[in-house]
Amino acid sequence: MALRDSRAEAENRNGKTVKVPEGLWLKCNGCGEILYKKEIERNLYVCRKCRYHFRINARVRLSIVLDEGTFKEYDNTLKPSDPLKFEDLKVYSVRIKESWKASSSKDAVICGEGLIKRKRVLIGAFEFGFMGGSMGSVVGEKITRLFERGLDENHPVIIISSSGGARMQEGILSLMQMAKTSAAVARLKERGVPYISILTDPTTGGVTASFAMLGDLIIAEPKALIGFAGPRVIEQTIRQSLPDGFQRSEYLLEHGMVDLIVDRKDMRDTLSKVLDLLVPEVPAKSARGSSRSKKSPHAPN
Amino acid sequence: MSSRQHLEFEKPVIELESKLKELEELYVEGRSELKGEVAALAKKVTDLKKRIFSGLTPWQITQLARHPNRPYTLDYISHICEDFIELHGDRCYGDDAAIVGGLARIDGRAVVLIGHQKGRTTKEKIHRNFGMPNPEGYRKAMRLMRLAERFERPVVTFIDTPGAFPGIGAEERGQAEAIATSLMVMSGLRVPSLSVIIGEGGSGGALAIGVADKVMMMEYSTYSVISPEGCAAILWKNGGKADVAARSLKITARDLLKLGIIDKVIKEPLGAAHSDTAAAAKNMKKAIVSALGELDGMERGDLLKKRYDKYRGMGIFKGD
Ligand SMILES: [Zn+2]
Repeated sequence: MALRDSRAEAENRNGKTVKVPEGLWLKCNGCGEILYKKEIERNLYVCRKCRYHFRINARVRLSIVLDEGTFKEYDNTLKPSDPLKFEDLKVYSVRIKESWKASSSKDAVICGEGLIKRKRVLIGAFEFGFMGGSMGSVVGEKITRLFERGLDENHPVIIISSSGGARMQEGILSLMQMAKTSAAVARLKERGVPYISILTDPTTGGVTASFAMLGDLIIAEPKALIGFAGPRVIEQTIRQSLPDGFQRSEYLLEHGMVDLIVDRKDMRDTLSKVLDLLVPEVPAKSARGSSRSKKSPHAPN
Repeated sequence: MSSRQHLEFEKPVIELESKLKELEELYVEGRSELKGEVAALAKKVTDLKKRIFSGLTPWQITQLARHPNRPYTLDYISHICEDFIELHGDRCYGDDAAIVGGLARIDGRAVVLIGHQKGRTTKEKIHRNFGMPNPEGYRKAMRLMRLAERFERPVVTFIDTPGAFPGIGAEERGQAEAIATSLMVMSGLRVPSLSVIIGEGGSGGALAIGVADKVMMMEYSTYSVISPEGCAAILWKNGGKADVAARSLKITARDLLKLGIIDKVIKEPLGAAHSDTAAAAKNMKKAIVSALGELDGMERGDLLKKRYDKYRGMGIFKGD
């Protein structure tokens, strides 16, 4: 039950915040200031006044952390089907088609590889604009394939999450993606392959309650909503108002749930340093062939 | 189960049953001419039950899964276990009464048994938090699974929860982390595991103790990513559409067997488990014993690989 309402909330908020309005100006959701769009873009979609981190799509996210032009997408032919013939006001296949038009992806996550300061990483980023970043069969499969590739090639895996949780329209199959992805993380942990989880606004429900909270490191963007249940569900259940800053990154840090909070502009540097510190050696070149060796896949920086 | 409550669609049966009871009393008191009538009415009751229970909708099954008289984890334990020693606490924060667990013996074999626990009376319901665990419940469950691993005992879990508790404390103490870690622990558990959904399989809070080598469902239990009401409230903006959502989500044991999510449906007696707990428990025990037997001979590596591959294969999509 928690999975659902967090998503509704996320979608509502989505309507307000994710879509950068057409035109030259946009309003900051943090401080209400009207900002010049070009300026915001230059600042990686972060408000200079209040540090509000705007929601951004998966490709922009990848371009912010990766070396320019190094991203190579995997599994981009996977598409959602309608396995349950789900009855709904709007047919699932229509919802999917609408999302295809509105976003840069065939489902709610984009996975592939790229370089961070010349170090090769396997990386996935959620597309919140695609049905609230919800996890169905395709998302679960792509994430699992990325983890398995990390295992085979002994390469660090990074996932940037932004999701309302499991996708209702795929019913129990969505729920099972939590088990599937978490089982794949278990294998990475056993083998000591680094997995860094980055939580961005918002990450809730079945994604938080599976691989997103299982990173060797968990990094959050400032002020992101992160939780299991959505705040409105909690309010309705306990009939109390929620504490200030509840379920925001800073609150999670205080309660010991994330390792660190990193500004968008510093994410790339932080990831690079973490990789240098976590992965022991630095051999010259990486290839699939070096699989299962404990050697670092990293090229010298 | 002192207070008898019933669902709308059970009412015709309940009415007929009370008539039958009156008639039987008269017969016993010496009205021997009623013998034929008693037999005829008894048959009518059975036929009516059969008719109603063979045509249940997913929404009616949801109501049965949540029936106030439905047997809970501890009820089944008292029927199927020769021994049960309940163990408490997560060694970290507290003891969550919404999850019970301990050392048990079923048909002569020692297992570690863990299950969601709902309350029967108002007081007990509150104590058990309506079967909605906090993180410490899942951490207790994981502690017991580790115990099972050390002493090479199979893990058996009973699932019956509306979901993990959405509360302030639950979030502060890491509800998501606890569930996620439990999924990971169960996926790599080095002993055989078996889960039975006995009532409500409510989303992540259910799955957290449901990643197992074999997963079985009682005939009138449900397992879903979201409650039908919740789904209806989001998609139709109308919780009253829960019956449509229940059908849409494919949450019944039969549907989940078809989808390959579970391995077996355990038959309930006519009138569902609450009408005859002993009979339901007997069927369940038989299924558990036979499933544990099947897992017995497996080598640990094969067991883990098979479990991984099972979940790895879940999901339906286009393309490759
Ligand atoms: Zn601002």
